[in-house]
Amino acid sequence: MIMKGKNMSKVIYLDNAATTQVYPEVLEAMNPYFTEYFGNPSSIYSFAGEANKAVAKARETLADLIHAKAEEIYFTGGGSESDNWALKATAEAYSDKGKHIITTKIEHHAILHTCEYLEKKGYEVTYLGVDEYGTVKLDELEKAIRPDTILISVMTANNEIGTIQPIEEIGQIAKKHGVLFHTDAVQAFGHIEIDVDKMNIDMLSASGHKINGPKGIGLMYIRKGVKIRSFIHGGAQERSRRAGTHNVPGIVGFAKAAELAKASLGDRIAYETELRDYLIDRVLKEIPYSRLNGERQKRLPNNTNFCFQYIEGESLLILLDQKGVCASSGSACTSGSLDPSHVLLAIGLPHEIAHGSLRLTLSEKTTKEEIDFTIDELKKIVDRLRSMSPLYEDFLKNGGK
Amino acid sequence: MYSEKVMDHFNNPRNMGEIGHASGVGTVGNAKCGDIMRMYLDIDENGIIQDVKFKTFGCGAAVATSSMATELVKGKTVQEALQVTNKAVMEALDGLPPVKVHCSLLAEEAIHAALWDYAEKNNIVIEGLKKPVSDIAEKEEDVSETY
Repeated sequence: MIMKGKNMSKVIYLDNAATTQVYPEVLEAMNPYFTEYFGNPSSIYSFAGEANKAVAKARETLADLIHAKAEEIYFTGGGSESDNWALKATAEAYSDKGKHIITTKIEHHAILHTCEYLEKKGYEVTYLGVDEYGTVKLDELEKAIRPDTILISVMTANNEIGTIQPIEEIGQIAKKHGVLFHTDAVQAFGHIEIDVDKMNIDMLSASGHKINGPKGIGLMYIRKGVKIRSFIHGGAQERSRRAGTHNVPGIVGFAKAAELAKASLGDRIAYETELRDYLIDRVLKEIPYSRLNGERQKRLPNNTNFCFQYIEGESLLILLDQKGVCASSGSACTSGSLDPSHVLLAIGLPHEIAHGSLRLTLSEKTTKEEIDFTIDELKKIVDRLRSMSPLYEDFLKNGGK
Repeated sequence: MYSEKVMDHFNNPRNMGEIGHASGVGTVGNAKCGDIMRMYLDIDENGIIQDVKFKTFGCGAAVATSSMATELVKGKTVQEALQVTNKAVMEALDGLPPVKVHCSLLAEEAIHAALWDYAEKNNIVIEGLKKPVSDIAEKEEDVSETY
């Protein structure tokens, strides 16, 4: 995908896990709901009817993507809100049954920080470890379940290393033990097949801007029968479970993006997977002392995540940026904290290796030429940073050990 | 995020490399926080730093502070080099983001570690030079505890 940056130079955007471009069709679908049909869907007069109809239709489209019913879709302000809601409201609603929650060490911070918050409120949280590829160990999950366990929350696919979890199996285990199952599907929704019934998912978080929709709109799927309280109070919207005037343009845009995502899913997965594997193969073959993080096969079609030994991630990102390549890192420095990625530490990497990570996430518009350019530049950058690295110097002096 | 000076020193690091038979070599840092710096000093018989080189594993600020530190000590006497503080490095770079201040501390510490090595090799005592800590993160914690 060729774009122009601020300085009008070419930009190669390889950070689609961070956010995506709003497709023109999506923007086009949204526009009338800003200027023409701006009515509040909750209003009684017929003028608001258009907005109301659009929200209803969008709900059906989005439900369809995960094989849910329209009335099981609740609109939120985004993925983080959905995650917060799922955890806090379940904890409250089921506190009579127990105060134990099971999650994993590699969740997004929207889950992890909410769990920490709940721990302060007297809840107990088990953080499951993962194997070296970032996959949850099912036997450990089952062992962690106790009579007072009220919720299992495991992400569908990891945002950093792309590993797809065995969601169907986790759903079965949860069902067998009568525990609610929530999945943070922000990275997976619209990118891989999800079937809430087949996978026994009780709650699911998703976000608009990860699938070429607008920012500031998300959803939570809540299976019929799950008692979960309101999180945002103040109105009867969303069956009285999520107050606030509907973000009609956002909802319409989210649904349009989901419609496009559904139509292109098969081709997109095939295209991205091929390009992803080409990228992985070239990097591992042509850059020495590099490794792929995450599961090789069961990973998001658009995700790659590498570690380059003896170099540090932020320097890598700055130099890539100077070549017009937008990428991200699990490196501490980018997030303002000094700790390297909790995900890379959880898969067992030592700190100094975890500091040298690079995430490149593709889209269906990424071209092979862009990937080739990026790899060619990457090789030079890694060489340059290694020539500056005391760790690499020691490695060479020790005869490459 | 970074000043133009920081970016300049990151893109065009001064004095990057090694010195074969250095008078003093110091390595400081912490792989946990992601920064390791190594400083090489070539000091003549009059105690003047004739040459200085560095190698750094770390973020943009870590590279820039190392580079600037080498510029500030090159051609100076050992005593003058000892007076180069992290503040001086930061000022010369037109400032650093708060989360990167530790990089400048690391640069100061790397000079001290190289001087310490020089003093030990030559069996001399450099007035005012304390044994450097190899792990700057520990030192930072100490500082915050005394506040």
